[in-house]
Amino acid sequence: MGAPAPDLHASQAELIRSAREGDKEAFYSLVHQCERAVYVAAIAILNNRADAEEVAQEAVLKAFANLAQFRGEAKFSTWLIQITINEARVRLRKDRRHLYESVDEHQTDEEGEHFPKDFADWREVPSEALQREELRQALKHAIARLGPKYREVLILRDVQQLSTEETAQVLGISEGNVKARLLRARLQMRDALAPGIDGSWSTGKAEYQKVRPW
Amino acid sequence: MKVIEISCLEVWREISNYLDDEVAPELRVRMEAHFKACAHCTAVLDGTKNVVKLVGDGIEYEPPEGFGQRLYSKLKEKINR
Repeated sequence: MGAPAPDLHASQAELIRSAREGDKEAFYSLVHQCERAVYVAAIAILNNRADAEEVAQEAVLKAFANLAQFRGEAKFSTWLIQITINEARVRLRKDRRHLYESVDEHQTDEEGEHFPKDFADWREVPSEALQREELRQALKHAIARLGPKYREVLILRDVQQLSTEETAQVLGISEGNVKARLLRARLQMRDALAPGIDGSWSTGKAEYQKVRPW
Repeated sequence: MKVIEISCLEVWREISNYLDDEVAPELRVRMEAHFKACAHCTAVLDGTKNVVKLVGDGIEYEPPEGFGQRLYSKLKEKINR
């Protein structure tokens, strides 16, 4: 066995201190620890891989330029995710493509209740089925159809596994809103996927045929 | 002890919090009693659980090949100027 694992918090505090004193390598190490989180945060807002990569790079450069403002009250990763989300939103405002992005959003006001569309029985997903291309495609399609504010929360909570509190912080919304949007996002995803997965239920509508993974 | 019944509508409102273990113990007991008796809500619960599991493996959100390397190159290029 190799050397004992270093104390992550202690070493991170050390890296932050060095980075703030101008040690670039220390900053690279910090970024390396959360580069996936930065990418996921960018794609949560932008829903586009190429844009997400560019924004991730810009966000990290911005973080370096503003390192003196990082006070250590939040985790470094949360701070970096927040900068990334802000950068992604700036990009969205410049590029007005998103205005045409989701035709569904007007129907999904979080003040209203969301009722399940059906009660298709969707028991446990067998683990070998998780990898099926049809299911992954159906999943992507369903996520893309969510309104942006629901997709953001779903990705930050369920993909990035941020806590409700962190999600609220990085999106600048209340924890109650995070929970309400997450509920809506998960129920909509279930609506989109469950009927396709449950072979016993079908309305015959093209919509559901499209998402039927097998 | 008798469990106070809860409606399907109330169950759906809390189903996401239930999965995240963010409901009060008393509400959890009422929801569990409801699931035992209601196949519809159990179907919604199972489906929602599957969504969390599927989305959660994050396969759709893996950074593209070479992402870290390009990020590092960009940083070096801009910061060292």
